[in-house]
Amino acid sequence: MADTFEKVKQIVVDRLDVDEDKVTLEASFKDDLEADSLDVVELVMELEDEFDLEIADEEAEKIATVGDAVNYIDSKQ
Amino acid sequence: MVNGQVVLITGASRGIGREIALTFARNGAKVVVNYSGSEGKAQAVVDEIIADGGEAIKIKANVSKEEEVKAMVKETIKTFGSLDVLVNNAGITRDNLLMRMSEADFDDVIDINLKGVFLCTKAVTRQMMKQKSGRIINVSSVVGVSGNPGQANYVSAKAGVIGLTKTTAKELAARNILVNAIAPGFISTDMTDKLTEEQREQMLALIPLNKLGEAKDVANVALFLASEQSNYITGQTIQVDGGMVM
Repeated sequence: MADTFEKVKQIVVDRLDVDEDKVTLEASFKDDLEADSLDVVELVMELEDEFDLEIADEEAEKIATVGDAVNYIDSKQ
Repeated sequence: MVNGQVVLITGASRGIGREIALTFARNGAKVVVNYSGSEGKAQAVVDEIIADGGEAIKIKANVSKEEEVKAMVKETIKTFGSLDVLVNNAGITRDNLLMRMSEADFDDVIDINLKGVFLCTKAVTRQMMKQKSGRIINVSSVVGVSGNPGQANYVSAKAGVIGLTKTTAKELAARNILVNAIAPGFISTDMTDKLTEEQREQMLALIPLNKLGEAKDVANVALFLASEQSNYITGQTIQVDGGMVM
């Protein structure tokens, strides 16, 4: 979990160009990290590549916070 | 103009799609010739491109089936390493007066001509977003703008493509993916050969340039829309119709 979080955090920092300390498990991509819908889609694509998994569209839609992404990835590993 | 670019053209074994494939290949693009039924004709297009010193492969896929479309895009990227231009050209007709048009005829045309554009666009978007560049060119029809008796299904699909073009253009503009449509008028192809003599004469009377268009007239616009010369154009529908609808 901690490991997944670190990896996700790094991708979020790179992709959304935000400060590392803003990327908490509770942080919402859209509300706290200033991502628009397209940014979130792109981020999910990158997570799929990084963790080598396929996230179905219905599942991807439920990912709103950094924690959601981390939990989803951990549940599939 | 498109030298080294990878171009996927749906329905490229015949007619306008074939001409677009040959035109892009002549201009240095690597071409994927998609086909659904006409394997021999698709191979002939590939052979012609290769004989001319170009690069091309053919891939079979029914554009209305998501799995087949995904596999086609995957194979394209695997073969050529990128995907720069998608030309949504595949189309069918099942003409009949609305009163006589079956539900199946309506559904079939919407599936290929409209849903097919959606599925192919969706499938290439991931790669183009990663590349932060791409061009999507949708072949609509001037009847999608004007309406046409006997083509309720076809016109609905082609008008839908224009709306889809605008929405896709707005959604993807931020990633430098430009999306435009071409609306051909009366172009001489297998598809227009099926029209009756009466339909043909009626249409000619409506064309200010007083002649049929050639497939290359459409292909040249597709080339323009894929090139740097159209960098500031997105969401538009360009009519190639001899002035038929203004």
